[in-house]
Amino acid sequence: MSSSTDFLLALEGVSVSFDGFKAVNELNLYIDKGELRAIIGPNGAGKTTVLDLICGRTRVSEGSIKFKDQEITGCKEQEIVRRGIGRKFQTPTIYEDLTVFENLELSLPRGRNVLGALFWKRTDEVVERVREIAAMIFLDERLDRRAETLSHGQKQWLEIGMLLIQDPELLMLDEPVAGMSVSEREKTAELLRDIIKNRSVIVIEHDMKFVESIAHRVTVLHQGKVLAEGDMLSVQNNPKVKEVYLGH
Amino acid sequence: MTAVRTDSRWLELIGFALVALLILAFLPLVLDIFRLNLVGKYLTYAFVAVGLVLCWGHTGILSLGQGLFFGLGGYCMAAFLKLEASSVANTKIQSTPGIPDFMDWNQITALPLIWVPFKSLPFALIAVVAVPALAAFILGTALFKRRVGGVYFAIITQALAAVMTILIVGQQGYTGGINGITDLRTLLGWDIRPDSAKYILYFVCCFLLLGTMFLARFVLASKLGRILVATRDKEDRVRFSGYDVANYKTFVFCLASAMAAVGGAMFTLQVGFMSPSFVGIVPSIEMVIFCAVGGRHSIVGAVAGTLLVNWGKTLFSEEFPQLWLFAMGGLFIAVVIAFPRGLAGVMTDQIIPRLGSWTGRPRGGQPSPAPAPAE
Repeated sequence: MSSSTDFLLALEGVSVSFDGFKAVNELNLYIDKGELRAIIGPNGAGKTTVLDLICGRTRVSEGSIKFKDQEITGCKEQEIVRRGIGRKFQTPTIYEDLTVFENLELSLPRGRNVLGALFWKRTDEVVERVREIAAMIFLDERLDRRAETLSHGQKQWLEIGMLLIQDPELLMLDEPVAGMSVSEREKTAELLRDIIKNRSVIVIEHDMKFVESIAHRVTVLHQGKVLAEGDMLSVQNNPKVKEVYLGH
Repeated sequence: MTAVRTDSRWLELIGFALVALLILAFLPLVLDIFRLNLVGKYLTYAFVAVGLVLCWGHTGILSLGQGLFFGLGGYCMAAFLKLEASSVANTKIQSTPGIPDFMDWNQITALPLIWVPFKSLPFALIAVVAVPALAAFILGTALFKRRVGGVYFAIITQALAAVMTILIVGQQGYTGGINGITDLRTLLGWDIRPDSAKYILYFVCCFLLLGTMFLARFVLASKLGRILVATRDKEDRVRFSGYDVANYKTFVFCLASAMAAVGGAMFTLQVGFMSPSFVGIVPSIEMVIFCAVGGRHSIVGAVAGTLLVNWGKTLFSEEFPQLWLFAMGGLFIAVVIAFPRGLAGVMTDQIIPRLGSWTGRPRGGQPSPAPAPAE
């Protein structure tokens, strides 16, 4: 079954169980280059676990995950990152004690070994790149602020910026607009439309309006399996989906 | 914030200058050699405290076994000095002349193989740093790659310090046992016992400590220093930024251990012996307390805390020898409850803002020396 593919990311027959509970069960999922895929599903459907499996945080029990046609199951997190997969967590995961500038600088994919970091030089090019990303995430005025002092929405943007500066081919976002105000949501949608150019994105999101406004294709997970897949309209009209999820 | 950060950098440099002034000029002028030699001994613990600022304060790795590395450094130094003191002429009354006295008492008739290289001073000096660093590397790699951290790491290091003590005491013929390695006399023929030598050793210790402080500062000011802080706060994010977190932790743990070991070697030279009572659990925890009292985020704070606590310990235990342990326990509890950022935190959070001349909120006990981005 496991075969060479043109997909950027291919999950085939992936299962994982925690103490006998199958959180993800024989899952097949394929992401094309340049695609923006939304994953939705009720609580406990295994959405976040799927991201954990892709980025190496949780080990796959069975099955294969291929990125650019190379097996990545068993790779360490940092190796998967270096191959081009970026991951945003559900709660903003940033370095509160460092400034916005330093947060972005640390995420720049250079000087990643111990000696490289010890003798790191903050060149003009580095400063330029950090400023460029900061402008994209609406934080260019706040570069010298400690990240702790940012609002919730700004922290979410900062984490997205920290991923952008890595320039990943696949970006995985776990509820990027959760807890945001309406105006922040709109800005985030605009930001996402901007950054998906030249890369693939997987978004987990509960907000249907938001999903509708950005996603190309939607995958509905239920009990660790794909319940339905397709464009928003066909998914919304799928009776099975209505029953387990959208109906409530 | 940029202005505040620049202030913090200056603040730190002023702190360095004050420490240098205190230990290089003030104390030697006002103290007799007996007291100065005591200060020299305290300063050897400050090496450990500076190392703890790196690995505990900034990276969040609490090691309760730094005495292990302090002791390894001290024993490497003592091994060389003991061999030099055990010349055939000096030990001719032994049944096997030319080996350390404690070996003779334990019916060992030839120098054990592991002791032979310590006849060379260059080897011994390299071993002072390399042996503890290697031990820390093995320990760090084994634990950090498996993501052992927090309390578990602290317990394991503490257990290892205990194991080391038991090993030293048990292997009396090879280590000098509970008495340690005593009766050290000369370094390449230079007598380390008279007052003149104690002065010189004191100043050597001071310069090495200042060097260690600058090294720590360099590390913390680099991008590596910011990665350490980032690791302490959000380890997962560091990993998902493509860094191998275990390597960074191992590096800083090795560095802290090497610093502790230099302190241990200077202890042996200044105090004139090394024994398991500076290796085990109690001294290891004492060293953590020195660092906590001074402020675990601040290099200057850690040095100041070490000096103050030890000074207090000496004064206190001269008057009430039985009560010292209670006093220190109380001190530690007081620090944790009343000023968790230590003296340095009190200084930067309370005293300096009240001086009123600062244009903003200083960053607490951890003056972040990160250079501001170019304008």
